[in-house]
Amino acid sequence: MKRYVATRVATMFGVLMITLLITISLVGSNMDTILKQGIVFQVRAEITENPAIADSFSSVEEFETFVQNQIDQRHKILGLDEPWYSPQRIGFTMYKILLLDFGHATFLTSDEGSSDVKDIIFEKLPRTILLFTTATVIISIIGIFLGALSASKVGSMIDRITSSFAIISSSFPVWWIGMLMIFLFSFTYQIFPARATPDIPSSDPEYIGSLLYHMALPLITIVMIGFGSWAYLVRNFMVGIMQEDFIMAKKTIGVNQKKIIYTHALKNAAPPIVTILALSLSGSLGGAIITEAVFDWPGMGRLYFEAITVMDLPVIVGATYILTVFFLISIFIADLLYGYFDPRVRTGQ
Amino acid sequence: MSSISPQEIKQEFLKSKMGIAGIIILSILIATSIIAIITIPVETFQEWNNPGSWISYPKVAIPIWVNYFMTEKIPEHKIYDTPNIQTNSNGEIILTSHQFGVNFDYESFPNDFIYIFSSEYVDSPLLQMSVIRPDGIKLELLSMALPYTNSKTIHSERIFSTDNAINKNLSLQSEKFSFNLDRLSTEDIVFSKSKINEPLKGNYIFLIDTYSINSKPEIHESQLIIGGKAFGIMGTDELRRDLAVGLLWGTPLALFIGLVVSIASVVAGLLYGVYAGFKGKKTDEAMMRFNDVIYALPALPFLIILSVTISNSIFVMVGFLMVFGWVGIAKVARSMSLQIKTKGYVDAANMMGQKDSKIVLKHILPQLLPYAFASVAISVPAAITTEAGLSFLGLGDPSFPTWGQILHDANTFGAASRGLWWWIMPPGIMIAITGLAFVFIGNALDAIVNPKLKR
Repeated sequence: MKRYVATRVATMFGVLMITLLITISLVGSNMDTILKQGIVFQVRAEITENPAIADSFSSVEEFETFVQNQIDQRHKILGLDEPWYSPQRIGFTMYKILLLDFGHATFLTSDEGSSDVKDIIFEKLPRTILLFTTATVIISIIGIFLGALSASKVGSMIDRITSSFAIISSSFPVWWIGMLMIFLFSFTYQIFPARATPDIPSSDPEYIGSLLYHMALPLITIVMIGFGSWAYLVRNFMVGIMQEDFIMAKKTIGVNQKKIIYTHALKNAAPPIVTILALSLSGSLGGAIITEAVFDWPGMGRLYFEAITVMDLPVIVGATYILTVFFLISIFIADLLYGYFDPRVRTGQ
Repeated sequence: MSSISPQEIKQEFLKSKMGIAGIIILSILIATSIIAIITIPVETFQEWNNPGSWISYPKVAIPIWVNYFMTEKIPEHKIYDTPNIQTNSNGEIILTSHQFGVNFDYESFPNDFIYIFSSEYVDSPLLQMSVIRPDGIKLELLSMALPYTNSKTIHSERIFSTDNAINKNLSLQSEKFSFNLDRLSTEDIVFSKSKINEPLKGNYIFLIDTYSINSKPEIHESQLIIGGKAFGIMGTDELRRDLAVGLLWGTPLALFIGLVVSIASVVAGLLYGVYAGFKGKKTDEAMMRFNDVIYALPALPFLIILSVTISNSIFVMVGFLMVFGWVGIAKVARSMSLQIKTKGYVDAANMMGQKDSKIVLKHILPQLLPYAFASVAISVPAAITTEAGLSFLGLGDPSFPTWGQILHDANTFGAASRGLWWWIMPPGIMIAITGLAFVFIGNALDAIVNPKLKR
């Protein structure tokens, strides 16, 4: 088991590093260009603010060399004189990111007005977790019970309805259903707000109530689209297990059907179910990008979307890193749980 | 894993209602794509983002079939481009008359009317526009001289109903109406009953007469547009684009994306997994660690970064989707090949000294084919929805009207808040139907390949 955990940890760390490296190499050159432009603006602004500097030069060339020197000096301080792909700079950037130091955002700010990427991300993250964890928990509870129910009555009305609902709902994109829900329940019948961002400041005591009210429509949409495929998944696992010999034996002894399903069968279906639960929790974080953009839910997904629209690279790098970390942690937990439930995995059979 | 012969699979498949439904939907989609490719010229969809080519269409028009369900008919947007042409010459003066018969049968006034023409002439011909209404009244709308030239030139112009001259001309004929014409727009007067200001149904004739001296003007283009609020089978969007064109062209694009991505990822995943499983030991370990790395990359954020930084061309996007598509299949293929490897005939082939590549291709891969077909079918919807999602975020290829792209535009122009259901519903339904076809086929195949699911 120790060896198993150790290899998993090593793989995860490796993946994290590779993700970082890929992200940095994808945005690195753009990031440098943006930083350099910022410096040029800064230098020019300082000179226009202080006319004495410009007056002290006799020729245009002299003035231009002075400006260039100023710019070069600042490049050197920030280490921009070396290309972004030089090992020192990549190493340094990765080290900083590992310590959650993402620098300052170019355009975006948190609700409090801080432009520190860390502040922005840690303000948005809880909201995404709130929405998607709640949704996933509701989905899995409905899914497990519905799945177990239809597995106990294979071929029945409930089973057929669940299966066809699962198949149909899985081919609809969540965000499209989201658009329809907004169309129906925000504009045609004005029950829920169209924009999921609460309109009162977060210091207000009524904020939580408002947040929950604004959360309702996205939550309903995600649950509606999600629970079908969960039920179908659980059903298929259960049907498989119900054919195993030990269940057959229980049946022949005369153990009651309900007891078999909810204790013996469900227990044996647990490992894959728990694994998928862990994976879908993290998967929902990635899927949040589009869903949050549709509902305008003020979480990580929308932050990511906004950062891309204005090309705010430090935020993109930071958000990708945090998403990857969450994704990896849940994969790791899923792996450990699977290894715990199913000893064959651990020993590498 | 028991091996199933292709004949058995075919038989079982034809028994499954779901599989047949999937095949039927898929063939309809393929037929639609073929129709789209044949009937809509490629140029039309390349002009998708060129506002100039859609100018004669109405803004956010509802589909015309809605009128079948309405008691009060919504005026249709009509484009008449085949006028009835008559030429008379009286001595030096030549009269060219273009007549458009307009059947107006709606409860509300049209939005506007536009006459578009381009003609080649010398000198300065006179253009007169008038309309004969169903009640016999003839209204003079406009009389103007075309700009003078002394050599043959082509002159194109659009005459809008909002033209001040038309308004002035109508107010001079106000005695034909028994209500006050002030502040009424021209179309509300021209199409109005003479007693009260209500739409007058019936056949109108729009006359455009061109008088010229000595030489007959050559009219290249002559179009009358009666602006309405309903147009085409699928309506139009804010940028006046015919949504039917976008939806039709979206079908081959979606099928292309879905099939290419899933087939390529399944093939790559199969080869990778089978080879890793077959080789075993260090190779297997190394290959599976690499697989873990790709598996652990968060796909959507990466796809977004890649499309922003590298390219958002649809073909590059297909490549990116493949990068993330093969991983899961490789895992399953590996475990399957671990089982097959232990079978006697593989050992035998090995002992006979057959090459690894031959054993993999000839003895192991064929066993996995049923599973491969099921995975292709199952992974198509994911590819289509991911591409649609990226397009929806505005990261797609803007030069192709994919369904996601249409939905992106709908969202940008606030279609949901404005109640423009015909802009939101059809693209999503198309995505879902396409997904459904493949899910049906995939599930039917899966049920045959995985006997555990059967019962």
